[in-house]
Amino acid sequence: MPILCGLFLNKGTERRDCFMADYTASDFRKGLRVELDNIPYVISEFNFVKPGKGAAIYTCRLKSLIDGNTYVRNFRSNDVLKKPDLEERTMRYSHVETDHYIFMDENYEQFTLTVDVLGNNRFFLFEDCEVRVLYHNGRPVDITLPTFVEKEVLDTEPGARGNTATNVLKPAKINGGFEIPVPLFVSQGDIIKIDTRTGEYADRVLKK
Amino acid sequence: MASHSPYHDKGRLQSLQPALIFRGRVLSAIRKWFGDAGFMEVETPVRLPTPALELHIDAEPAGSSFLRTSPELHMKRLLAAGYDKIFQMGPCFRKGERGNLHHPEYTMLEWYRTHADYMNILADTESLVAQVGQNTCPGRIPPPPWPRFTVEELYLKHAGWNPVEAYDAERFEHDLVTKIEPALPRDTPSFVMDYPTPAAALSRRKPGHDKVAERFELYINGVEIANAFSELTDAAEQRARFEQWAQERKAMGAAVYPLDEMFLAALELGMPPSGGIAVGVDRLVMVLMGATSLDAVMAFREGV
Repeated sequence: MPILCGLFLNKGTERRDCFMADYTASDFRKGLRVELDNIPYVISEFNFVKPGKGAAIYTCRLKSLIDGNTYVRNFRSNDVLKKPDLEERTMRYSHVETDHYIFMDENYEQFTLTVDVLGNNRFFLFEDCEVRVLYHNGRPVDITLPTFVEKEVLDTEPGARGNTATNVLKPAKINGGFEIPVPLFVSQGDIIKIDTRTGEYADRVLKK
Repeated sequence: MASHSPYHDKGRLQSLQPALIFRGRVLSAIRKWFGDAGFMEVETPVRLPTPALELHIDAEPAGSSFLRTSPELHMKRLLAAGYDKIFQMGPCFRKGERGNLHHPEYTMLEWYRTHADYMNILADTESLVAQVGQNTCPGRIPPPPWPRFTVEELYLKHAGWNPVEAYDAERFEHDLVTKIEPALPRDTPSFVMDYPTPAAALSRRKPGHDKVAERFELYINGVEIANAFSELTDAAEQRARFEQWAQERKAMGAAVYPLDEMFLAALELGMPPSGGIAVGVDRLVMVLMGATSLDAVMAFREGV
């Protein structure tokens, strides 16, 4: 069974940004969650510029909390952004029923997430895996897994013994149905650690 | 004994030591240049009954007073009283300005010359910055003269329109940040000159050109370092500009400060034609050091 490597500090249901309000540009800062055209974003980069004797320009890189896409947008002092109605719930993965992924919260209440919310994260789930699910206006929009998960390599070309280079990669099929590039020394049956933020190989934790 | 405290970031201060030593050398080199050039160092109040009114500058209240956003108006009162070459280096405060290139409290250097205009100040600026660079980081600042570009030519070349003919503040500022500043040279300081009159601030119109004001900015490595004027000395026009900004500030919901009648009175009694400039000292130290954020050159920053 894969081993859970990263544990979350926040247990149980956490309610953030629980009352609606607006942010003006002077409230903007890195990490602030805002809503624009009904899409929740996090400000991933923030810069204050004020050219010459001119008005301030607040340059923000906005990262969509739904699809992760980012774009840069400038705001002026008087611009207002909505505070998104966001809620984060911690739950555990139970099982899958044909494209419907079933999760359970601490009260054993069941929640169903679909592939379009899970994306590639669905390949990294394992039984009892603790996840954080982000709800926007009551609708699940994103899921955060433990930063690292461990998976068994089901199939890959035989390992090149003695080749310790980590920059030469070959494809490997992992338990859960995903294929990721791994270094040449990884063999079938090895347990590897995967970074769920990038979906990339991070380390080999157990050699077969 | 504890090695770490959330209240006192000893490690950061220790790692800043080379930068702070460098900063101290820049301050000394600045004062040395002014001493050699025959300027008198002055000190004017930091706490003011009313701050200098500008369209996009907010003052920090201090009790029933305000912290100065610049020493400009008091220094001009000295000029009007007959002082002819004065400089001042000290703290100024601007509310809500916080970014890589802004800090609500920062160090400003201003100097003024009477019977002079912005071109005399430009020559001072080249001489000062070149000498300070030579004394603190030889080789980083090429010898003057440095390129001079007019606002008109820069906008025509890089933004495709002419703000001198048809000014649009929003577009002007947006293009300045996104198109003009990135196009300025990186291997040498440069000057951006002759601003459209709606962006004149406290500068006088260029004689014979009613659409351009005698204002320049010094850029180093794409960063705005200084702003200079042939100073506006016409009391009536100065009052009209203050009143216009007050109206515009009111319209955009910004604080409106009372006019500085003592300054206006000084202009009414007569101020000789003068040139003056304000230099962001923290930014100058930053670019001379090759850094890109004020964090690298300020010992204590708000929120750090």
